[in-house]
Amino acid sequence: MTQSSCDALHFFRGGGMMEVCGSSTVSLREFGCEQSLLSRPDGSASFTQGDTSVLAGVYGPAEVKVSKEIYDRATLEVLVQPKVGLPSVRERLQEQCVRETCEASLLLSLHPRSSLTLILQVLHDDGSLLSCFLNAACMALMDAGLPMSCLFCAVTCAIDTDGQITTDPTAAQEKESRALMTFAIDSTERKVLMSSTKGSFSVSELQQCIAVSQKASEKIFQFYRDSVRRRYSKIL
Amino acid sequence: MFSRLKDKVGQVQLPGDEFSWEAEDTIPLTDPVRPERVVCGPGLRRSGDRLLVCKSGVLRHKQPNVFWIDSQQRRYVPAKGETVIGIVTAKSGDIFKVDVGGSEAASLSYLAFEGATKRNRPNVQVGDLVFAQFIVANKDMEPELTCIDSSGRANGMGVFGAGGLVFTVSLGLVRRLLSPLSEIRSDLDQLFPCELVVGMNGRLWVRSPSIQQTLIVANLLQSCDSMTAPQRRELFRRVQQGAL
Repeated sequence: MTQSSCDALHFFRGGGMMEVCGSSTVSLREFGCEQSLLSRPDGSASFTQGDTSVLAGVYGPAEVKVSKEIYDRATLEVLVQPKVGLPSVRERLQEQCVRETCEASLLLSLHPRSSLTLILQVLHDDGSLLSCFLNAACMALMDAGLPMSCLFCAVTCAIDTDGQITTDPTAAQEKESRALMTFAIDSTERKVLMSSTKGSFSVSELQQCIAVSQKASEKIFQFYRDSVRRRYSKIL
Repeated sequence: MFSRLKDKVGQVQLPGDEFSWEAEDTIPLTDPVRPERVVCGPGLRRSGDRLLVCKSGVLRHKQPNVFWIDSQQRRYVPAKGETVIGIVTAKSGDIFKVDVGGSEAASLSYLAFEGATKRNRPNVQVGDLVFAQFIVANKDMEPELTCIDSSGRANGMGVFGAGGLVFTVSLGLVRRLLSPLSEIRSDLDQLFPCELVVGMNGRLWVRSPSIQQTLIVANLLQSCDSMTAPQRRELFRRVQQGAL
């Protein structure tokens, strides 16, 4: 987990969005979401990006074990369940990325001495899994009605050997790529909350990818709004 | 700010949306200048001179200046003054532990019942249902319940009698049931006679003359969560005609 340097971000926010190379519109795969589809958890959501699909469930604020109790805020626990087999080191890394992003956006101090549990079940992995985890997590937390200071969404970018940036890559595109980065972006200031990178890339490529992700995040946030509006349409 | 908030009433808001306070351009010289006061309910948070939304839901307004976010959540967070249906889980000395569905069990003193004295203990067993009110509920302290009002009367609260069925619905549905002139309640009135106790923690207790009718009412209320008003009226009409 690396926190991107602040001056790079100010550069983009100050001078408007950087021109995205190639096409002017960022292409994301078809994405879909369903909220409160499970009956047992306090909040649940499924998020689909192309063929990648994740199911998220949130329990809490609930009773916390004494050993995990934090006196001034809620304890957030994230569990990633792979499609087959038991969670291993890779899942632990993903758990940590999701947990730290959620902690940044949730107002945990409003529920001290309680526990929040977020369970992410992989239904199918076809690339951009980490960003799908984060998007599903955000929808599930929102469904559970937990207090949040802002929303977040995540975008995965792949840089191939020609230097072309692909947003929301499939598993095949990920395999061919030279570098792979995932950014979590917040909804109020469009700043980077979390970044996870793999492979080699230059500083300007990193900045380009952040700019592309910020542009793509607009679409996702608009989708969040539409999908929540549809959910509440019955009681309007 | 006031007019901005009013514009958004009835619209869906997401966490992170904000309303900022803007000084008015002109100050009227003839009218006395009165500061705008806004009372924020659940889901709204004040930060400096901005008002932030922290839950997703529909912005609601009540005259003259109360605003809150109406959200559909399932987990109950205790709030002072709310009446809930709890299950007694333990008896220890002079307090009962009551499960209300929150993050922590609430405590209920044995003296907090109508007519209870040190000699005359109320007959409460583990597993009993109680209808009680929160007198202490904040994030830092253990929640505390009482079954009497400030004048020492039960006022409808206390231990439930035999029979009836408890089930859980979303907190949004509970608030809709409790609102004055609730449509669901008036629809239900026309079906069959039944007793309904609504706890703000999402638990409902129903008792009607027969078990069959109790189950019908319970199933109807649970399905109300995911229905629009016309769908609900259609379903209630069919039940009334005996089609289901």
